[in-house]
Amino acid sequence: MKIDPITLLFASIFTSNILLANFLGMCSYISISKDLKSSNGLGMAVTFVMTVTTVVNWFVYHYVIVPLKIEYLRYIIFIVVIAAVVQILEMVIDRISPSLYITLGIFLPLITVNCAILGVTLFMQLRDYSVVQSLFYGLGSGLGWWLAIVLLAAIRKKIDNAPAPAGLKGTGLTFITIGIMAMAFIGFSGMIRVQ
Amino acid sequence: MRVLVEPLIVSLISFLLALIIVIVDAVVNNYGEVKITINKKKTMTVKGGVPLLFTLASQGVFIPSACGGRGSCGVCKVKVLSDVGPYLPTEFAYISKEQMKENVRLSCQVKVKKDIEIEIPEELLYAKKFQAVVEKINNVTYDIKELTLKLIEPKTIDFRAGQYVQLSIPPYGKINEVTQRAYSISSPPSENEHIQLLIRLVPGGAATTYVHNYMKEGEKVQFTGPFGEFYVRETNAVMICVAGGSGMAPLRSLIIDLYQKNVEREIWYFFGARAMKDLFYVDFFMELEKKWKNFHFIPALSSPDPQDEWNGEIGLITDVLDKYLKSKIDLSKPKEGYLCGSPGMINACVQVMKNNGIAEEKIYFDKFA
Repeated sequence: MKIDPITLLFASIFTSNILLANFLGMCSYISISKDLKSSNGLGMAVTFVMTVTTVVNWFVYHYVIVPLKIEYLRYIIFIVVIAAVVQILEMVIDRISPSLYITLGIFLPLITVNCAILGVTLFMQLRDYSVVQSLFYGLGSGLGWWLAIVLLAAIRKKIDNAPAPAGLKGTGLTFITIGIMAMAFIGFSGMIRVQ
Repeated sequence: MRVLVEPLIVSLISFLLALIIVIVDAVVNNYGEVKITINKKKTMTVKGGVPLLFTLASQGVFIPSACGGRGSCGVCKVKVLSDVGPYLPTEFAYISKEQMKENVRLSCQVKVKKDIEIEIPEELLYAKKFQAVVEKINNVTYDIKELTLKLIEPKTIDFRAGQYVQLSIPPYGKINEVTQRAYSISSPPSENEHIQLLIRLVPGGAATTYVHNYMKEGEKVQFTGPFGEFYVRETNAVMICVAGGSGMAPLRSLIIDLYQKNVEREIWYFFGARAMKDLFYVDFFMELEKKWKNFHFIPALSSPDPQDEWNGEIGLITDVLDKYLKSKIDLSKPKEGYLCGSPGMINACVQVMKNNGIAEEKIYFDKFA
């Protein structure tokens, strides 16, 4: 796969948004987007963890999994690595920057089970990215997720004041909103092929 | 061969990652020794990196906590004078705006990472952890048990009549963690080798169910204490005491204590119950009333059963209290109110007392929360 890392970065933010094109990481997306401030914090944390874990997993895949010929066990290994990295990041952030820990820290344990993180790692492996590509892909996907959740949180804030039908309020309207957002993002797809 | 080796490789990878976590934890969470200064006078040197609640407990200072440090009860509040970072989302639910201005924190959520200064109620410095053995379990009514605990270590307890202790209930049945609940001491401070507690069965209550259905005589228990601000103020005012149900406990301790000290104060004790079957210790207080001229005991039933032979007061305790305050108790003397019972009863009685000219700040109470 020969795609320019910078192009890949923008592609993963806009045209192949991990959330709105692949619909990964929906659980926390729907539950946290109720509040703009938390959305921002979670988005930041996802971006951070995604970038770090994608790169770490690239090394694990190419230097451990492939030489040992245990590709079929990669899912287990990837998720264990993600869990460990998140745990270590939490402790390090707590020590280095307590203020960052307040904004990010509480979301970190939530992220371990965010499927978008595992999804990005698996796409990275499937599409056979290089280490630089993986870095930009992880960063771009994280930023894309962040963008998507902040957009949704802002829209939901507006919808809260709108006279919506009672039966649709809450999750119902959120699903419709996400659908329309995904459609808007699909308008970009095909401009750049990442597959 | 592959079947064996490959899971082993995965385990090895997990092991390595766990090892890295342990090493990072040891390096990163090592805050060395830090100093905690309590109320500007007591200083202790402790190991950093542990929540304040547990750090203090390891030094013998027991902050009351109902949930045991999981941040779900909001009881373990402590005033932290040093800057320990912004409030955590786990704290917001339990700290009011006024408390935030005073820097009140949940001690189970604040980690001790550097030298800090805190302020706690003076009495907490003197609260201790006690080992005791259940000496006797008595049924005083169909739903209230009188528990007698004999102290083992330390051998005696020093408390003021009206204070309470936190009883630790071991895990049992479906409840798999230690529960802590506060109970007032019903025995007087003079009996310092024992304490008595009155425990009413609360349907579905973790601690009361244990005491009523599981606890056996001879069993070892732990409690911390004494705590509480509900004690007799040393004035000459007439004491108007009102209790309902197991609210009897602190008032019994207070009244026996005053009797033993031969205090020359006028004391009125109103005890409210629904029917005869809810009354207890009546003979004891009737006897005391005969021996002690300052003391008046007025038990009242709100809805006696048809078979009850009762010639005492009938009516809601608030109505009986109102009647006595208006007609029988000397109007000119200053008065103090001492109340213990359910929040509903207390609020109603405070209203009656205020209407009869007792200042709100002279009314002391112990609400069951």
